[in-house]
Order: sequence, then structure tokens, then C-alpha cells
Amino acid sequence: MKFAKALASATILAACTFGSASAADLVVGFSQIGSESGWRAAETTLTKQQAEERGIDLKFADAQQKQENQIKALRSFIAQGVNAILLAPVVATGWDEVLQEAKDAEIPVILLDRTVDASDDLYMTAVTSDLVHEGSVAGKWLADTVAGKPCNVVELQGTTGSSPAIDRKKGFEQALSGHDNLKIVRSQTGDFTRTKGKEVMESFLKAEDGGKNICALYAHNDDMAVGAIQAIKEAGLKPGSDILVVSIDAVPDIFEAMAAGEANATVELTPNMAGPAFDALAAFQKDGTKPPKWIQTESKLYTQADDPKKVYEAKKGLGY
Amino acid sequence: MTAILRSYALRLLPQLIALAAILLMVSFVFPGFFRLEIQNGRLYGSLIDIFNRGAPVVLLAIGMTVVIATKGIDLSVGAVMAICGAVAASSITSGHSLAMTLLITLGTGILCGLWNGFLVAVLDIQPIIATLVLMVAGRGIAQLVTEGAILTFNDPGLIFLGSGSFAWLPLPVLIWLAFGILVALIVRKTALGMLIEAIGVNRQASTLSGVLTPVLLIAAYMLSGLCAAIAGIIAAADIKGADANNAGLWLELDAILAVVIGGTSLLGGRFSIAASVLGAIIIQSINTGILLSGFPPEFNLIIKAAIIVFILVLQSPPARNALTFVALLRASRKPTERQAR
Repeated sequence: MKFAKALASATILAACTFGSASAADLVVGFSQIGSESGWRAAETTLTKQQAEERGIDLKFADAQQKQENQIKALRSFIAQGVNAILLAPVVATGWDEVLQEAKDAEIPVILLDRTVDASDDLYMTAVTSDLVHEGSVAGKWLADTVAGKPCNVVELQGTTGSSPAIDRKKGFEQALSGHDNLKIVRSQTGDFTRTKGKEVMESFLKAEDGGKNICALYAHNDDMAVGAIQAIKEAGLKPGSDILVVSIDAVPDIFEAMAAGEANATVELTPNMAGPAFDALAAFQKDGTKPPKWIQTESKLYTQADDPKKVYEAKKGLGY
Repeated sequence: MTAILRSYALRLLPQLIALAAILLMVSFVFPGFFRLEIQNGRLYGSLIDIFNRGAPVVLLAIGMTVVIATKGIDLSVGAVMAICGAVAASSITSGHSLAMTLLITLGTGILCGLWNGFLVAVLDIQPIIATLVLMVAGRGIAQLVTEGAILTFNDPGLIFLGSGSFAWLPLPVLIWLAFGILVALIVRKTALGMLIEAIGVNRQASTLSGVLTPVLLIAAYMLSGLCAAIAGIIAAADIKGADANNAGLWLELDAILAVVIGGTSLLGGRFSIAASVLGAIIIQSINTGILLSGFPPEFNLIIKAAIIVFILVLQSPPARNALTFVALLRASRKPTERQAR
């Protein structure tokens, strides 16, 4: 074991001395959670694309939603002596030991999309989106769009108790505070799914005078919004004009709805977490610049004015 | 005829009372509950929503009732729904006609049932384990078919099955009504129902007395698979896409619950399809009621559980005995009261 470690660190030293010349010799290990959602599939596709563009040799390991597989993958990356490791951790705890091993081997670890409960000197940086900020971008768009007119908002929450649901609700409410014309009249969970989004929206429409009382819908993800849009249509109303629709994630299908005028805005949770990670890594390799401990990805707002048809075509092939 | 109807009503009485009580309760928290109007050529209102949204669980409960009557259980129905939704979506997007798609999808469901039935009837594996296999593997199979993404489609014919309407009623409601009546007639107007009950009471004894036990068992699981296939088509058509991760998730438990609320014993031997359908509608009434009530979502599951516990306690033998006792007490007092007058 000791021998293996020594061998590993020797190869890293060798790799580092050669690697500092150009990015082309960079070998990066990427431990992905698994295929839990379309978004994650897109993240995997984009990470591979980004690595290819930069001439980075990416070693990909799919953990099939199991932490032990991720730890195994990390250990094998360390043994192979990669230059850096990207980790999308499936859970927050239990990483200290393996991260320490990577640190001992002087391999920088960059966390993607989620963070871990470990001392922050065990990893180089974390590239994540700010969920609260996403909610507030959506809220700000709505406040700006209705511009002072009274507006009753219904909210489709994510799975009760999940951190995206809590934070996206918090951010949205923050953006709405101070705008007394905007009021959240109903808020229920749609479990992040289309079916539940549709079912809950149907009941919202019944409960609020056939939807006449509702001026806007805020959904914690696009899938629920897509389901709700169908419910609004079946109730004989026009989504996008009778009821404004704003949601988060920016999956391809919402752009189709936006192109048809049935959705108004979405806030992107970018699947390109690897791009900023590779940039930080390149700077570190070049002159040892240490990135900040948290790199926040951009929460970009897309509206109907942003050529949704084109975005749809661009996003379609990413595996969402 | 009236005697039959009366015995039927008596059998369904607890369920009907529970349903009425829940609907009444919902109408207290949401006054416009019973309002129905015609919009876009179809009935529109919360009651219709209950029948429409309840369609998948009703269908699953129909198949589940027959399986449970044989003293079995089918845990795989939720996963089979996901498989069949995925198969339907991928078949229609790859250019097959609607008829062909439906044929392939229903065939897939029946095939899944055949697998379950084979494990139970031929290999003699306990039903809960045998069907657990497909429950676990099924969602993976569905993900393989959709390649992990939500597979959307735009075929108007298939979408019509989920959100179309005929004679003012949503199509899913008509589908489960017709299918439920058909299954109930087949098992009750022939000896089939009795033979199924015989297997549930004592499989060995019924085999020895000449019942074709393996064939009937396999047929029961195939029916359950068929029901799951129809439910899967409806669920996918409803959202114009197959969501392998979420379609039918945990619905096997709702279906079992519907059967239990319907008063069918999990030990097999007695069953009522109408009561199970009522059970499914009760569950959906609770769901819809909670959504309409406007309580924060953190309360959803607790309210649902509390109501279900209440219904099950009412049906439990000690509670029934107590009720009969009270009734008897009153009946025995009546004549004396009359005499006193």
C-alpha cells in the first residue's frame, strides 16, 4: 500500500513537471453521481465536451448513486496519479478520509454542483449554483414584469424538505418582499414532476375561481411548469398571457413552451459546471493561483425575447 | 334482483359512508367543491378531477384485487406502469401507428404479468418476493427505453387517451369505468371469481379438486400487468411524455391500500372489485381535498395517514363488534320502550 502511494505520488510529480507546459497533458478524473435526472445527463455531456475542447484527458466514472463507488473511483484516480479530480458528491458526509488521501497525494479536488460537510482545506474549490439566488432572479423578473399591478401568485414547490425547494422558495419570497402588489395565494408541492405539477395546478385553478384570481405561476422546476401549462390550457385559459409562467432549470422542453408563447421565463441552472472548474484548474496549473473556495455559476434568465427556438435546438442534444 | 342489489349495497356500505364523509369534509374547507360546469365540451369541476386523477390507481386496484384474492400481491405494478409508458412513448415517436403502439404496450404489460405469474405459479416463489424483482428492475428497464430522459410525443391520438373527453367525461374515467365493469362481469358472471377465491382460501385443496391453479394464477398476474399497462398509457398520455423516474412511483402501495380500504382481506379468498374501485376513489378524494384545502404541503401526508387510519379502524373487527353491540343494545331496548308507552 505504501509502495503504491509512493508510486502514485511519484507519477504525479512526473505528471506535474510535464503538465505545467500545456493543458494538453492534463489528466482529470471525474466521479459523477449517476444518471438520476436529465439535468445530470446534460452535465456529464457538457463536462466531456468542455474537456475535449481544452484537450484535457477526462477519466469518467459513473457511481450509480452510491457513495462507496465514488470513493472507490477517487482512490483509483489517486492511484493513477491524475492531475485533478472533479467530484459531484452524491451525499454531503463521509468524504474526509478520501479527500485527505487526495490531499496527501497533492491532487486538487474540485466539487461540482453540490458541496460536502468537510473542512474546506480538503478541496480546492466548489463550483455550484446559488439556489436562493435562482429563486430571487425569478421573483425579480415577475416583480419587474407586472410593474406594480396587483398580482396573485401560485407556487409549485419542489419535493417537501429538499434543499432546492427550501432555497428557491426563500429566494423568491425575498425578491417579492417590498412589492405589496404581489401575493403568494397558494403554495403546494408538486414533487418536481410533471404529473404532480399538472394535478396540483388543476386544483389551484378550481380553488381560485377557475383561475381568474391567478395572475402568475412560479414553479420550482420546469417540469412542474410544463405539467401546469397543460392544466391551464385544459381549463380554457392561455398560459403565458392569462397566467404568467416563470420557472427554474432551463430544460429544453420549457424553451419549446416559451417559443409557443405558453411560458414566459426560466432561470438557468447551468449544466456547465465543469467549464469554470477547468478554468480555475488551468490558472492553478499555470502560476499556482488559488481560486476562491466557492465559484458561483451564473443564474441566467431566459425570456421569450431570447430566441427560445434556437436555445431549444442547442440544448436538445445534451441528453436532458 | 333487488336482493342482489341490496346485498351489494350492504357490502359497499362502509366505503360509501367513508367516501361521503370525506367529500362532505372537503366541501367544508372548500365551498365550491361540488360545483360542476361544462367547459370546452366537457364537465369541469373538482369531482371530475377526482375521477380523472384517480384513474391510474383505480386501474391498478382492479388488477391488484384479483391478485390479492388469490392470496398473492403484486408490488411491480408501479414499475410496469413506467415500462409501459416508456414503451408507448418510444413506439409512437419511432413512427408506429396508434393501434400498433397500443398493441405493443398492452402486450408488454401482459408479458410483465406473465413473468410474475411464472415466478409465482411455476417456480412457487412467494408473491411478495417474486414481484419485488420486477419492482426493482422495472424502473431500470423503463430508463433504458427512454434513455434516462423524459420522452415527449405529440401524437394527437395517444394524447387523446390521457386528456381527451367523450360524452362530457374525460377519457381516463370512461376507460376505467368500462374496464372495471368488464372485469367485474367476467369474474362474477362466470365461475372464475369463485375459482380465484378458492385458490386464495387453499391453493392445494383447489388444485386437488381439479382447479387449474397455475393457469388461473398466471392469468391473475397477467390481468394485473394489463391494468398497469393501461394505467401507464394514461399517465404518459396525460403529460404527453414518459417519465421513467417518476411514472407510477409508489402507486403500487396506493393500489394495495385501495384494495384494503375496499375491505378485501390480504389473506385472500374474498374480494370485491367495486369496493376496491371505491377505495381508490377515497384515496384520490383525500389527495384532491388536501390540495384544495390550501394547507401547507408539510401536512399532506399526515392528514392522509390520519384519515386512512380512521377508515381502517372503523373496518376493524373489534370496532365492528362494538358497533354491532351498540346496535343490538338499541334494538333490544326498543320493544321495552314501546311497551312502556
